[in-house]
Amino acid sequence: MKFKILAILTVLAVLAVPAFAQDNRLTVAGSTTVLPIAQAAAEAYMDMHPEINISVRGGGSSVGIASIIAGTADIGNASRHAKTKELATARENGINLYENVVANDGIAVVVNPSNSINGLTTAQLKSIYAGEVQNWKELGGPNKPIVIISRDTSSGTFEVFNNLVMSDSPVAAGALKLASNNAVATTVSNTPGAIGYVGLGYLNASIKAITIDNVMPTKKTIQNKEYPIARTLHMYTNGKPTGLAKKFIDFIVSAKGQEIVEGQGFVSIN
Amino acid sequence: MDFKEKIFQSITYIASICTIVFLFGIILSLFFEGLPVLNFTSIKDFLFSKDWYPTMFPPKFGILSLIAGSFVVTLGALVISIPLGLGAAIYISEIANKRVKEILKPLIELLAGIPSVVYGLFGMAFLSPFLIKVFQVPIGLNAFNASIILGIMVVPIISSMSEDALSTVPNSLREASLALGANKWETIMKVVLPAAKSGVISSIILGFGRAIGETMVVLMVAGGAAQIPDSIFDPVRPMPATVAAEMGETAIGTPHFHALFGIAIILFIITFISILIIEFVVMRRKK
Repeated sequence: MKFKILAILTVLAVLAVPAFAQDNRLTVAGSTTVLPIAQAAAEAYMDMHPEINISVRGGGSSVGIASIIAGTADIGNASRHAKTKELATARENGINLYENVVANDGIAVVVNPSNSINGLTTAQLKSIYAGEVQNWKELGGPNKPIVIISRDTSSGTFEVFNNLVMSDSPVAAGALKLASNNAVATTVSNTPGAIGYVGLGYLNASIKAITIDNVMPTKKTIQNKEYPIARTLHMYTNGKPTGLAKKFIDFIVSAKGQEIVEGQGFVSIN
Repeated sequence: MDFKEKIFQSITYIASICTIVFLFGIILSLFFEGLPVLNFTSIKDFLFSKDWYPTMFPPKFGILSLIAGSFVVTLGALVISIPLGLGAAIYISEIANKRVKEILKPLIELLAGIPSVVYGLFGMAFLSPFLIKVFQVPIGLNAFNASIILGIMVVPIISSMSEDALSTVPNSLREASLALGANKWETIMKVVLPAAKSGVISSIILGFGRAIGETMVVLMVAGGAAQIPDSIFDPVRPMPATVAAEMGETAIGTPHFHALFGIAIILFIITFISILIIEFVVMRRKK
């Protein structure tokens, strides 16, 4: 008899653990651009609330939105807005994609530090990426062929650049298309004729950011929308966030959370 | 039959059935997700158009540039790895003394143990600026860079498999050749190597399969430009790199998603054929 009771209690305890954990567990997935923000914020939040367990995964903006639709994550990160098709799929599945803006991000155009060019106009930038201008001397720079470095055509960063700079016309077929911000930064730093673009958080001393339409990408020019290549970063939820998801997102948009955002090299929304 | 034995038998039986189920599951889902690309583009445009603009409007799904990129880096890798791998195999099997052999063999196999991302980092951070400096080319991430890195990765496959094949050649053949007055070089080139031919060919084809399917390295060092290269110093975008780079950012069920699976089908067919050739070569030897 005693053994039986013990057995029943054990079974109940095992069953209770996941039910109990449900309220303390938050899954965040999606954009690799938003990933460092989500990770740092999750660590800070879990330090304050040790009983909470937040797991953060990457995967890309599409994965973030798809996992909200599939219900496999509570928060889906995206460095772009949800596409019409994704909104439609969500509606079909009874999901209401709700966009929470958590940070600002500027895309800085960078060249090798040995390049004498300090600024370009949006039109010049477009003609470089379209493959029309092929040598730096045509723009008043050194006599060197321009090495165009772009991000992969499916990355959120490419999409924003393609939209804001290229007006959706094609990037030259000979452009290098690299898989991450870090790869672009590394390649620009060791390729003398290179031009590339990275998130503001990836600027470092080995690459040179240039002005676009005479505006330097800085926190201020991105916040007041003066700098032309800027975007907002999002965390999607199913409907208005509730429960732990709401607490976590509230934390990120709070003054303390935005400090973390800035610490990761992004620009605060306040 | 003993009960224990029966259990053991059924466990191994289930294990072998499982692998077959997994294999067919993967093949089925590959074709199930990949074939719908033909609703958006004709098979001729898919295979023979060189315009890969999957996110443009309207999108273009021509993978000729990607196939060309894959073959350029893979053939480049073989040009580098065949002489190195085969040379190492001949040295270890035929020339080196026992002590040198015992040191050299595991060292070369150690090359196979280095994670591909480490190779990729090496190509990106060291080889790329080195190529720019030495060859005075504008771009360091190109087909040549990827060929060198892939070539080094394939060396242990070719050398260890060829070495196995060479060492199974019976000693009587070598002795007969030497007795007839042939020197060591002639014995190796005209007797031992031809006798081990099928094993050597298999190792090269296996190396080909490894190089064409390798993803991380080409993603990091090939440059990623979807174009048919004019020279080996042009950046290219091999098939595995395309799938790896774009899948994570593609909405499921879109034409782009199916096109990426379509690329995976082509890759699968290429590696499948290379494995068939190996089976054929080995079978012929056994007969």
